[in-house]
Amino acid sequence: MYVAVKGGETAIAHSLDLLADRRRGDRDIPEVTLEQIDAQLSLAVDRVMTEGSCYDRALAALAVKQARGDLFEAVFLLRAYRTTLPRFGHSRPIDTSRMVAERRISSTFKDIPGGQVLGPTFDYTHRLLDFSLMADGERPIAPTAPVDAAQELPRVGDILEREGMLEPPPPADSGAPTQDITRDPLAFPASRAVRLQNLARGDEGFLLALGYSTQRGYGNNHPFVGEVRYGSVPVAFVPEELGFAIEIAEIDVTECDMVNQFAGSHEVPPQFTRGYGLAFGHSERKAMSMALVDRALRAEELSEVVTSPAQDEEFVLAHSDSVEASGFVQHLKLPHYVDFQSELVVVRTLREEVEARRAKDASLSALGQAAE
Amino acid sequence: MSPAPSSAAAPGQRQRWLSVLAKSPADRLEALWRELGAAPSYTILRRPEIGLVMVQGRISGSGAPFAAGEMTVTRAAVRLESGEIGIGYVGGRHPRQAELVATIDALGQRPEWQDPIECRIVAPLEQEADARRRLRAAKAAATKVDFFTVAREGGV
Repeated sequence: MYVAVKGGETAIAHSLDLLADRRRGDRDIPEVTLEQIDAQLSLAVDRVMTEGSCYDRALAALAVKQARGDLFEAVFLLRAYRTTLPRFGHSRPIDTSRMVAERRISSTFKDIPGGQVLGPTFDYTHRLLDFSLMADGERPIAPTAPVDAAQELPRVGDILEREGMLEPPPPADSGAPTQDITRDPLAFPASRAVRLQNLARGDEGFLLALGYSTQRGYGNNHPFVGEVRYGSVPVAFVPEELGFAIEIAEIDVTECDMVNQFAGSHEVPPQFTRGYGLAFGHSERKAMSMALVDRALRAEELSEVVTSPAQDEEFVLAHSDSVEASGFVQHLKLPHYVDFQSELVVVRTLREEVEARRAKDASLSALGQAAE
Repeated sequence: MSPAPSSAAAPGQRQRWLSVLAKSPADRLEALWRELGAAPSYTILRRPEIGLVMVQGRISGSGAPFAAGEMTVTRAAVRLESGEIGIGYVGGRHPRQAELVATIDALGQRPEWQDPIECRIVAPLEQEADARRRLRAAKAAATKVDFFTVAREGGV
């Protein structure tokens, strides 16, 4: 229970001033611009957009700056902002097979149509600090190579699917409106669509740990990266005034199609199963973790024994959101003076009772000894 | 609000310019518009308004849709003195661009403006977008792996 506590207004006002002062830091150092954050800390912006569940690079950069680089806080700021905006509708589903891919790799097949395109990745860095970045100077422009415009990038999953080796995803259009947890609260059991929306907004660290736990044996489902791709896709939207679709933007997304442990039954011959991950920007670790957890959460559907946290829908979906988690953990800093007072009284009373009983026991045993 | 009868512009054409204009950088659109030198008088039907569109993805890329996350969008609508109604929907928070797209959309419904708008705004913006896309693809293409193996494997 909380009580209204008066006082502290001046302290709070000055705390906000001090926060702003610390955010700015040493005035002799130039202030960081939103353009710099967007361009040079772009992966922080991508993460904030993904978990803030709102694609807007400038707003995410502002949130990173305002939050002094605390990405959880930045996600919170973006989520708070989105609640002030009206909803115009929903887009047509994006078509990732039309992606202008900057990266596209598969760990299941070496030779895939369109090839293995590494793109900008940390994978082949040696993780040695690069002291040349401490110095000013021109950075080299990346080399280019001829592009075969006719070369398409078919999904690896589609190729396997055609051979019947991979389960097809739930069919495209049932006509029913897509469920949306920003409109209707999360309820269990959740549909696959709801789970994916929850995971897409979920904290990367939480999903990474859960995904990792499945690899270590807590609900293992033997994953392979069917494909990871990152690049830009158009977003099509049908304005009510027009009645036909127009493209309103091109956004960067990362997609992971994870190929997992096969299953079969009397009706269906053995085939590989799948997990899916999709994130805004270049968020590969997030998309992969999401795909692992998506697959783990399908345990019941695939008649697997649910034994581990990553397979437990309520556990995963109820704890994935960093805004909720951070809010509830941090609320412990709010004044709990009355709560604590009442507990203090209880503990004091208990102690008094214990001491009284001990004293009584001691005197009884003293009496007993005297009687012997 | 219903769209103005636009006998002059086929939906496909309108769809094309609305998409190209929406995806263009705001400053480039502004510059090309200024160079066009059109100054139609219009009234604002819908003041530029910022809102959200829920972006949908598909399970495994090709299956049932799901709500992937929202994006900011700005929309506006204008009516020319001559009666044509134009609308603009642009990704991001760009009130001026949304109004400009709506204005160009309205003007584009007048036959005498279709060619100038196409040649001096839409086509150049599309070429610039293609160039940006090509550069990105060309940098990515330089990172494509050339495997050399002793024995070629079967499969896909």
